[in-house]
Amino acid sequence: MSAIDDLFTRLRKENRKALMPFLTAGDPDLEFTAAMIRELAARGASMCEVGIPYSDPIADGPVIQASYTRALNKKVKLAEILKTLGAVTPQVETPLVTMGSYAIIYRHGVEKYADALVRHGVAGMIVPDLPLEESPRLAEVCKSRDLSLIQLVTPLTPRDRALRIAETSSGFLYYVSIAGITGERTELPDELVERVGWLRENSPLPVCIGFGISQPEHVRLLAPVADGLIVGSAIVRRMETAETDRGGTLREIGEYVASLVAELG
Amino acid sequence: MATTPPTDASCSAEVPDAAGRFGDFGGRYVPETLIYALDQLAEQYEAARQDASFQAEYDDLLKNYVGRPSPLYFAKRLTEHCGGAEIWLKREDLNHTGAHKINNTVGQALLTMRMGKRRVIAETGAGQHGVATATACAHFGLECIVFMGEEDIRRQAPNVFSMKLLGAEVRPVTSGSRTLRDAVNEAMREWMSCVETTHYILGSVVGPHPFPKIVRDFQSVIGRETIEQSRQQLGGLPEVVVACVGGGSNAAGMFYPLVEHTGVSLVGVEAGGRGDQPGDHASPLTYGEPGVLHGSFSYVMQDEDGQTCDVHSMSAGLDYPGVGPEHSYWKSTGRATYTSCTDDNAMKAFDLMARLEGILPALESSHAVAQAMKIASGRDRSDRVVVCLSGRGDKDAAEIARLKGNG
Repeated sequence: MSAIDDLFTRLRKENRKALMPFLTAGDPDLEFTAAMIRELAARGASMCEVGIPYSDPIADGPVIQASYTRALNKKVKLAEILKTLGAVTPQVETPLVTMGSYAIIYRHGVEKYADALVRHGVAGMIVPDLPLEESPRLAEVCKSRDLSLIQLVTPLTPRDRALRIAETSSGFLYYVSIAGITGERTELPDELVERVGWLRENSPLPVCIGFGISQPEHVRLLAPVADGLIVGSAIVRRMETAETDRGGTLREIGEYVASLVAELG
Repeated sequence: MATTPPTDASCSAEVPDAAGRFGDFGGRYVPETLIYALDQLAEQYEAARQDASFQAEYDDLLKNYVGRPSPLYFAKRLTEHCGGAEIWLKREDLNHTGAHKINNTVGQALLTMRMGKRRVIAETGAGQHGVATATACAHFGLECIVFMGEEDIRRQAPNVFSMKLLGAEVRPVTSGSRTLRDAVNEAMREWMSCVETTHYILGSVVGPHPFPKIVRDFQSVIGRETIEQSRQQLGGLPEVVVACVGGGSNAAGMFYPLVEHTGVSLVGVEAGGRGDQPGDHASPLTYGEPGVLHGSFSYVMQDEDGQTCDVHSMSAGLDYPGVGPEHSYWKSTGRATYTSCTDDNAMKAFDLMARLEGILPALESSHAVAQAMKIASGRDRSDRVVVCLSGRGDKDAAEIARLKGNG
């Protein structure tokens, strides 16, 4: 059981839903990353997804890519990111998961990366470019360490495949709301509610929805049909001002997240 | 981080397997959103490959539209200059649009039609693949959008103009290093939001399965013709075959049909740029290590954290930090050897080709010519070295003038 499993067991018992904000590690620096995780936790985030900056993030839209580029231009390194997370995890009850390319994990060493997450109190990982066929080894490595390996299901994933993905995943399933890249959208697909409903009924894992979620109406609409919601670009866009106004940026992001948490019901 | 050392393991032409693996290399490291499109593409491509009418239509396009077979030409004065083995040029520069890229784009455009899609996206570095894609799309009446790094748009202005004349939209890519690598990222991102209506014509033997296989197969006409022409013109296969390697499509097309002809040495030439320091070259097989880039596991130039390094080559078509997984496989099995050639040596080969043979080779191909000259010089006169002259150099005239200080 990872901290994610415990979280959803508790939330389900209390009939509550999760909100998982995303932030880029090292944008504009790791001190801000630590402050932001504490702020997000204080504002009611149930988990935090920490983006590991990568030079070639093909699943990400312009907002997150620009944030990664800012962090990489400041020469942020994986070892320092993990150290920062290790310093924050004892201070917050909110579980952390990393979101990082397999390019980085492979380079670091799959087992070494998993061990480092355990050592620094991180609950799991999302690897957006590691589809089902390539994931068995990492799934084993995570399982033996009680780390959650959160895998993605999209609107284009056939149902039988979605169930196979659920089998190799742990923690929760990340349902990608739209076929495309990360980024805020005003409109979400009509079939979303039905698709998530089906997945939730047929998968043993909790299902959280991400990609495109930014507005309180999205939260009102989707929270009832999912176990949790993930908000990325809408937060990362608000991080753009952190370089010049840390306090104001933290407060604004905190208030924004609190406003979404309030809509969870 | 262990590299895969050369072994004496046998090298098979029966690759990739169903998972897209060439030995340890290849595979699919892409977001789940793309899996559906890649599965569909793999399935449709296999069906097309076994469909005689598809093959007949493709062969007809190669003959009557591309202008194949391309000649195998004896470079007499270049041979005399080197004073060793005979140097023969496989003239892909004489194809329609002036490079080997068209072999792949007409094939994939035909596949696009077969899949019932009417819209095509592509990435381009030197612009040769962009022009070849725009050309194939014009031929079939397909909508065409080409992603191209801002830096490459500057270096390859004539090709940008040609693409527009051919009715394609050229989308400048301003992220990252603003070269081929970022153009691939943008094309993949675009594809994720439109996979149901759009085909992505990837231009090299890179990317997730089944692209490395599809592009290799369509380019293999180069090697097949070379075998046939060598038998007729040389009385047998050459001792050595040389090709330049960026992503590696002309080399894969030349090498693949020769893999099981083990008497032929296969030599790939990467861009050595300004020197052997990171950032000064674009030679992942020579200086890099296995890793993941653009959906495939292969040799790549990365820093210690897995971030892709900036690379350098004066030739836009070789200015790429990764390489096709089949080349990594050939390197690991020892079936092909890989080396690199500096900007300066490629430029010298360019000049010699112009003055001795009356041929302006592409800067990319000049790297292969330089290595072939070196190999020929050290070999017996009875030996034959075939160089894949992958493209013509007209597109590079302005850049060469700039590099030579307008000399």
